[in-house]
Amino acid sequence: MIQLLKIELYKIFKRPRTYISFGIITAIVLVIQLAMLSDGKSFLGFVMSGVNEQFDIQGNVLNGYLVTYIILQSLLIHIPLLVALVAGDALAGEAAGGTLRLLLTKPISRAKLVLMKFTSSFIYTVLLIIWLAIVGLFGSLLLFGPGDMINLKSDAFVMLLQHDVMWRYMMAFLFATLAMTTIASLALLLSAFADNSIGPIVSTMGIVVVITILSNLELPLFDKIKPFLFTTHMIGWKGFFDDPVPYGAIGFSALVMFLYTVVFLAATIFYFNKKDIKS
Amino acid sequence: MEPIIETRDLSKSFGSFKAVDNLSFTIGHGDVYGFLGQNGAGKSTTMRMMLGLIYPDSGNIYINGTEFNNSRRHLLSQIGAIIERPDMYGYLSGYENLKIFAALSDKNIKADRLHEVLEIVGLRGREKDKVKAYSQGMKQRLGIAIALVHKPALLILDEPTNGLDPQGIAEMRMLIQSLSRDHGKTILISSHLLYEIEQIATSMIIIHKGRKVVEGKVNTLLNPDDSLVEVMINPVEEITLKLASSAWYENIHAFEPNMITFKMNPKQIPQLNRWLVSEGIDVLEIRSKHSLEAYFLSLTNDSVIKN
Repeated sequence: MIQLLKIELYKIFKRPRTYISFGIITAIVLVIQLAMLSDGKSFLGFVMSGVNEQFDIQGNVLNGYLVTYIILQSLLIHIPLLVALVAGDALAGEAAGGTLRLLLTKPISRAKLVLMKFTSSFIYTVLLIIWLAIVGLFGSLLLFGPGDMINLKSDAFVMLLQHDVMWRYMMAFLFATLAMTTIASLALLLSAFADNSIGPIVSTMGIVVVITILSNLELPLFDKIKPFLFTTHMIGWKGFFDDPVPYGAIGFSALVMFLYTVVFLAATIFYFNKKDIKS
Repeated sequence: MEPIIETRDLSKSFGSFKAVDNLSFTIGHGDVYGFLGQNGAGKSTTMRMMLGLIYPDSGNIYINGTEFNNSRRHLLSQIGAIIERPDMYGYLSGYENLKIFAALSDKNIKADRLHEVLEIVGLRGREKDKVKAYSQGMKQRLGIAIALVHKPALLILDEPTNGLDPQGIAEMRMLIQSLSRDHGKTILISSHLLYEIEQIATSMIIIHKGRKVVEGKVNTLLNPDDSLVEVMINPVEEITLKLASSAWYENIHAFEPNMITFKMNPKQIPQLNRWLVSEGIDVLEIRSKHSLEAYFLSLTNDSVIKN
């Protein structure tokens, strides 16, 4: 198992395109940070115009914590795409490249291969999130400095003290890792069905976009299914920036996504075990 | 001695298309076994079933007497295979590819062995190059190295000469002959190049539309007296009468005004040529089909042979 995992990781990190994802994250984060450096104060003045009328806010409001929050919100769609790029390619890419048949003529079980593909995709996801934390959070703290964090919501205004923020980010990144792992397991499932990489990547994003729209539609028709859509829960990380933190809701969101991950992974193993390899 | 491979009533359908139909055959230890059939005859499907890539609808495969599905992992460690073209990771070097697949073979394979198989397939000195820079012939050689690295007793090679130039084909033939002769491998090989199979196979099976047509030792099945000799001539009106009254009449296999096909030993061609010339028939060309090709066509393509 360990040998197979080492091989899968070796293949992922020997491939130049793997690093494109890290480059994309760096580029997006830098663009947002530069934009906030040049126009951040006027942007903040605009979004806080209502708050400023009622409160007298002093100190470094445009700080690294706030910029990181803005970055995380902006990357809501991008990160799943970057995760799908690797997980969606995991089995389908091997099939398209013709290496799947060579792999499966070796004495390894198909279930183990799927599990190791999933584990390597998970490790890639973790590294992607860690990289996001480094360039997003620590980069922003370096550029903008620390400070108390203002969390502006549509119906509320939460002020978090500086010493009370870092652990919330750590939990948010942990939660984001779980959410992205769910995306990875979906992409892996679709990858098992396909013999080319583009199909599962596009399908994963299509499903995420469609279900996200359903999650956000304020129609009574969808109210009953919304709690069971994983996209409804992907933004659960925001809960860590509420006061008090809604642990019950966050826990439920984590459970839903964990269950989705298990179901997607089990379905992948079940299907892949029975699949005729004709590619 | 138990056969190294035995298939019993193997069948596989894809939708309404029956790719393999109740196929049974056995392969003995040390054989180089030619697996022949037209495109779509079921060769690749059968080979894939032997490797667990495709699941049979019914029937069984035994490797060294053990049912494949009962001991898939153990049996795969005894087999090396190339299925169609050997695709590898182009962004890795030949050595890295070999190392990866060697590590998956369930055996502790040392660097010395990797270098040894690279030597056998003639890739020493090029192993550090990226595979995407390899020619098709080099990829095929690396494929053979991957198939060989864990010292399997059995090699399953599906069209190993695909995409190779004539020199590459000759080199591959010599490599396969060496693997059988010098390394004692049992080899099941399919190819479209019947002449190549004729050169290297000791036994063969021909399948047609998923069913076995014939199976046996090559030297038993291929009687030189059954070779087909095509003679192109200038059409002559009385040719039929001349042939009918000659000793060659019994050898006629097919007849057209400008081409006569004889079933005969190619050694008799000079004799036939002399007779045709003596009868005033202009001989434009005489062509002897390789005996396996003739045999294969006679079994699998009725339209070619006109009785």
